[in-house]
Amino acid sequence: MDCNSLMRNVMKMGKDEFVQVLLDSGLKGRGGAGFPTGLKWKIVKETKSDIKYVICNADEGEPGTFKDREILDKSCDKVVWGMALAAYIVGAKEGYVYLRAEYKFLTTKLRIAIDNMDNHLRSLGINFKLNIAFGSGAYICGEETALLQSMEGYRGEPTNKPPYPVNFGYLGKPTVVNNVETFVNAMIIADIGSVEYKKLGTKASQGSKLFSVSGDCCKEGVFELEMGMTLQAFVDEFGDGDTKAVQVGGASGFCVPRKEFSKTIIGYEGIPTGGSMKVFNSSRSMYNILENYLTFFEEESCGQCTPCRVGTQQLLKGVRAVKRKEKPKSYLDELLKLADTMKYASKCGLGKSVGNAFKSIIENFREEIVY
Amino acid sequence: MSKMINIVINGAPLQVAEGTTILDAAKKINVHIPTLCHHDDLCIAGNCRICVVEVGNGKTNLMAACATPVYENMEIRTNTQLIRQARKHILELLLTEHNINCIKCSYSSSCELQQLALEYRTDEDLFISLRKPSTPDISSYAILKDESKCIRCTRCVRTCAEIQGMSALTMAFKGNSTKMSTFMGKPMNEVVCTNCGQCINRCPTGALVERNYIEEVWNAIYDPTKHVVVQTAPAVRVALGEQFGLQAGHRVTGKMVAALRAMGFDSVLDTDFTADLTIMEEGTELLTRLKKALVDRDSSIALPMMTSCSPGWIKFIEHIYPDLLPNLSTCKSPQQMFGVLAKTYYAEKRGIDPKNIVSVSIMPCTAKKYEANRPEMRDSGFQDVDYVLTTRELAIMIQQTGINVTTLKTEKYDSIMGASTGAAVIFGATGGVMEAAIRTAYELVTGREVPFDGLNITPLRGFDGIKEASLLVENVLPEWKFLEGVVLKVAIAHGLANARKLMKAVEEKTVDFHFIEVMACPGGCLGGGGQPIPTNIDIRSARMDAIYKEDEKMTIRKSHENPEVKTLYEEFLGEPNGHKSHKLLHTYYTERNRY
Amino acid sequence: MSNSEEFISQLADKYGRKRESLMPILQEVVDQYYYLNDERMLNIAKELDISTADVYGTASFYSFLNTTPHGKYSIKICKTIICDMKHKEDIVDAVTELLGIKPGETTHDEKFSLDYINCLGWCHKGPAMLINDECYAELTPQKVKDILLSYIKK
Repeated sequence: MDCNSLMRNVMKMGKDEFVQVLLDSGLKGRGGAGFPTGLKWKIVKETKSDIKYVICNADEGEPGTFKDREILDKSCDKVVWGMALAAYIVGAKEGYVYLRAEYKFLTTKLRIAIDNMDNHLRSLGINFKLNIAFGSGAYICGEETALLQSMEGYRGEPTNKPPYPVNFGYLGKPTVVNNVETFVNAMIIADIGSVEYKKLGTKASQGSKLFSVSGDCCKEGVFELEMGMTLQAFVDEFGDGDTKAVQVGGASGFCVPRKEFSKTIIGYEGIPTGGSMKVFNSSRSMYNILENYLTFFEEESCGQCTPCRVGTQQLLKGVRAVKRKEKPKSYLDELLKLADTMKYASKCGLGKSVGNAFKSIIENFREEIVY
Repeated sequence: MSKMINIVINGAPLQVAEGTTILDAAKKINVHIPTLCHHDDLCIAGNCRICVVEVGNGKTNLMAACATPVYENMEIRTNTQLIRQARKHILELLLTEHNINCIKCSYSSSCELQQLALEYRTDEDLFISLRKPSTPDISSYAILKDESKCIRCTRCVRTCAEIQGMSALTMAFKGNSTKMSTFMGKPMNEVVCTNCGQCINRCPTGALVERNYIEEVWNAIYDPTKHVVVQTAPAVRVALGEQFGLQAGHRVTGKMVAALRAMGFDSVLDTDFTADLTIMEEGTELLTRLKKALVDRDSSIALPMMTSCSPGWIKFIEHIYPDLLPNLSTCKSPQQMFGVLAKTYYAEKRGIDPKNIVSVSIMPCTAKKYEANRPEMRDSGFQDVDYVLTTRELAIMIQQTGINVTTLKTEKYDSIMGASTGAAVIFGATGGVMEAAIRTAYELVTGREVPFDGLNITPLRGFDGIKEASLLVENVLPEWKFLEGVVLKVAIAHGLANARKLMKAVEEKTVDFHFIEVMACPGGCLGGGGQPIPTNIDIRSARMDAIYKEDEKMTIRKSHENPEVKTLYEEFLGEPNGHKSHKLLHTYYTERNRY
Repeated sequence: MSNSEEFISQLADKYGRKRESLMPILQEVVDQYYYLNDERMLNIAKELDISTADVYGTASFYSFLNTTPHGKYSIKICKTIICDMKHKEDIVDAVTELLGIKPGETTHDEKFSLDYINCLGWCHKGPAMLINDECYAELTPQKVKDILLSYIKK
């Protein structure tokens, strides 16, 4: 992909025209939240402000997700050019890659890609300065408002929405926050156009997506797959023949049992995902898996809101108590109700999603918790 | 005119201005939504989640009412099964983290968590206890911090940051380790806390309360060998009634005196007396500095001079602007002037051995507890003020006495330190010390009353964070001719965030004042850390109105006309700023760590 | 430990003295001194003119910004589910055997600290660990020992 030429083409096409291409393509955010990218860039473009920002969310921390690391390792230039593309469209002169601390070893590659791009941007007459901001070990900073808080020098605590970053983002300015893979997809669309892009995927989930596959598999790694496939098809290709469950979407996703594989679509119309696919065979204890997820959330919760801070602790202690027969089996039903409250009352996506894994494991594998 | 938005709450349509939150919109039609982290004085947090309501269709949209602005045609439901379940769960969750030994908690029955838990009939045993062993931090003379009762609402953190600009408190760690903390978890007496107690006023539970000296005071009262004197601050008398169900701004001065007498204090006296005394000392000090600066051209004289009666402000300036310490008046606060006189002048006059005198003060303030224990406050030869009680502690003691305060007959203060003036009582409001000082200084210098209707210097009044005013001094008496034509420039700040702004300007010399009054607490002492809870701008306004009404009703309105103060100078002190005054009524300050 | 005042002042020259300068400054102080103590946080507070409580509250939020003593080489072993399934405990045991420390502890010579950490993004090649900024995946107890020996020699 010759990013420089692609940029030139977009500049010839015009900003409004390219925004329309993005909208037509149906591209949705590849971080998992799935907001239409064209719409996001459009809103920021149309917000009047001298200062705007483009930020790449490279805080990949969802358990089982490592596709952004691979992209940054192997296709760094597409990411930074995708950011420059966004900056050109929306009118931003400054941008940041928010890189998680755990990926600091990618800094050199990133800096080289940025330097190379800088030379080209100068000849194109595009004024866009791209910096790197580092995380320091907080999963919650993958949430866009928590990410912005971290960049502004505060605790990574998600903020109230509205306002949304597109209107009031970094330092109060209109900001595009997109996932690593989303920026790459924007460049792909600039390359092949929306019609070609839409040939893959389904109406609700256009295009292809990178999936991080790990666990009890015949092959593990990052794979580009068409969206909209069934989980059965996925397991047929990647499972080790004894697949009991697949965790789609990381610890904040859903645990799908064998009996649901053929009914489950991987995509925004089924289970939306940032691409994490963890495969478990029948040797695995779903109780251990659940306990591992809940411990993760208990530690990584930002701690500000009651349902999440305390709820995660209660869910973990609760399943342990049921397992050890310190609480009756029926206590799980109280916890399911609590998971409901967490889903509706939590301040951000983390708290809202803890219930997903919890519910799907309890509902489908109750006997493994209780016995 | 902002755009009006149409919304529906529980089926009832109404119109509110654009930008209104769901919570405020509901208030307009008296629909009550419970809150915990929300406070009128502070920015929106939206972390407790107990105010969640259903918006739009179906269950997917539970939004925090305090943090969500309305949009056109928003449909809101505030009481559905899902919401009730959520609220109960949130309370039950908070209770699993909480020290639920309410019997031992000094905030029991005022606690907002307790009230909601009772309202929703929550079960504190439904979930598993997450309580951890901890000991309360009692290192501070003023504030008691008990983290076992913290619900992480961040009201204290926001108060200390936004209103006081100190940020001595923070949230620390994350996840299941999240807690409210000081720098590195150090004890309160080791950090930049000014003891102002504003955090106490806004804490919904007993996590932050004042250090309590009720038992010590009862013991002193019961001890037949002790002569217990009590002094009452101006701001207490306009707020005490709130603890007994009276509206804010109800003046209960006479009833308070009667209650104190009934409780067994040997002498019920008034801090207002020494407030008048402070004006004499401080006014003289100001005029002396002005003379030295303007006549002697002594460039070492520190101007602007700044008031020194607010101990929260004093600790603030010791920490943050120690270079400006020379600007502070060397006068002690009225509380401390009273304390030292109680064990010297009063003891002498009454023929009581000062070692048997226990000096108690009733204050709207928590920093005064610290002030009383400052090592330099022993000029009588003993600790000048033994115990400081807040307005809230006094109310508890009155209840313990079994008195019904509202039906008491009004009584008068005792002499020889109980007479006061209107100028003294206005010390309780921001701008009051300045007004009292000017009423006296202007008359001293010109021989005329201040040129304001009814002696009410209204430009100095009100809740603007920083007020500035100037007064032309002309046609002066001969011995003050160096002030002829001088435009006296003054400034007033309340709340430490405002004080910081003003001090920055003073330090950078971008402003040019002669005299500055600073009160650590919003509204002045009437909004002090020891005053009844809750606090908000309406309550503080009502207390302020009451203070100025009390001033108007006094027979004497100027400090220099206080007859007992005159007697004190004639028979004991000599001259204002004289040798004896300096020994007993003036003090010095201590530079402290800025961070 | 040397006086950090000069170092932190230079960092403030580099990153600025605004609130948004705080994270990069904290990160470089940890890189240099391995953890944040009273004195270093105080100096940061002074340079940015914010309260020490604010510095501490922000730093303590982030797992990599240690506010308690930490070794020169911070070994962080992933404990999330896939690495757990791939026997991360064997790796932890290997480290403990070689260095004598358990998770949460620091060696006496303050050269190494061992901690658990959450998903490093190497699930397909687990178990994985970080030593400071370097990442090591596809670990076996033997491999870990070899890697650590190379650090011990440094």
